[in-house]
Amino acid sequence: MADLVTAPLPEHEALLQAYVDRRLDAAEQLRFERQLQSDPALRQRLVRLQAQAQLLREVLAPPSGIPAQLDLKRLAQAHARGRQRWRLLASVVLAFTVGGLSGWGLGHRQAGGTGIAALADEALTSHDVYAGDPLRPVELDASRRSDLVRWVSARLQRPVAIPELGAAGYRFLGGRLVATAHGPAALLVYADQQSGQRLSILLRPMKVQTDTPMQAQRRGSVAGYAWADRGMGYSLLAPAATPDLHPLADEVRRQSRLL
Amino acid sequence: MHDLIEQLEPLIPALRGYARALLRDPHEADDLVQDCLERAIARWSRRREAASTRSWVFAIAHNLAMDVLRRRQRRGHGLVPEEADQPEARIEAPQEDHMRALELQRAYERLSEEQRSVLYLVTVQDMPYAEVAALLGIPLGTVMSRLSRARARLLDALDGSPRPSTTTAALRRIK
Repeated sequence: MADLVTAPLPEHEALLQAYVDRRLDAAEQLRFERQLQSDPALRQRLVRLQAQAQLLREVLAPPSGIPAQLDLKRLAQAHARGRQRWRLLASVVLAFTVGGLSGWGLGHRQAGGTGIAALADEALTSHDVYAGDPLRPVELDASRRSDLVRWVSARLQRPVAIPELGAAGYRFLGGRLVATAHGPAALLVYADQQSGQRLSILLRPMKVQTDTPMQAQRRGSVAGYAWADRGMGYSLLAPAATPDLHPLADEVRRQSRLL
Repeated sequence: MHDLIEQLEPLIPALRGYARALLRDPHEADDLVQDCLERAIARWSRRREAASTRSWVFAIAHNLAMDVLRRRQRRGHGLVPEEADQPEARIEAPQEDHMRALELQRAYERLSEEQRSVLYLVTVQDMPYAEVAALLGIPLGTVMSRLSRARARLLDALDGSPRPSTTTAALRRIK
């Protein structure tokens, strides 16, 4: 409390306040109490100030309980949702900008732009071109799984793991590297063990929207989900009538997080 | 998110109390605290770990309260709202203790916002003088003199027998 001496307030007054607030150390307290003994007026003032402080604490006591308006969990969630909307808006603006600029040089350009929308678009195209190919849907088949992993991991400059979907009834057929407007992507193809229908997973690194919740996508008779997780974008696609695609996408995301 | 809730949640009652002390209107006070918490959430990752979360979040609340008070002043009602909501004052019988509490509250509400702020943080919040000085951006000596003057004014206001004017005002409110 040595600083109090420099206060623009008589020292005894500052000491009195600090005594009321119990901020004095033992030696200062002792000194002040000796002063009190010889000064009845100071003693009287102290008692009144102490009573005032006590009553003030009761009068100004913070209200108990927390109203719903101030529920932190809700406020934090609302904030997170706001951020997502903002990111989405930013990516739309960016898509228009990029689309507009490249459109000038390249003429008509497919919709998509950047972010998860672009990824979804690229995945649909690759699925259409390769997954349904009756002769050669993949370049490296399931027997060369480890070669495939090395190859796409090297090109994507990210470790890539092949999700195991046997429990859900899908057999891994193989995969290939595909070209997208945003660089190389890995395309993994599976077949339903009963119907033989094809399912594909496309993955590539994301520059924007590096973490995005699952979004449903659909074009023609193909449907699925796209999302981004820790900088990697994923899309899972199958014939639109396929049941339980969402749990399957969840399973792919779960396995990818084990990497 | 977890440590955010863990650190901010215990401060909410104190923030509500502070906002009420400054704004003297419980509804506006809670709106302010909501605003404050939203800002704290948005800036959570940018706060300095070294600084105490309490000081940091109180500083946000304080600045917001100053904005509200400035806006009020510009709109021309910087004065104490004459019939601020105090439901408890209407229900109970005018006992001696209760009258004293009511009088003190009214006297407190007539203090300047600077005095109310220091008095609340020190007395109710038990905040160290140095922390109050840092939070309000004023020298320690100013904290001490505001504290001393605020308390002296309250003593004066409640001096001796209850003043007729405050008593009748209180009774009018109670009936």
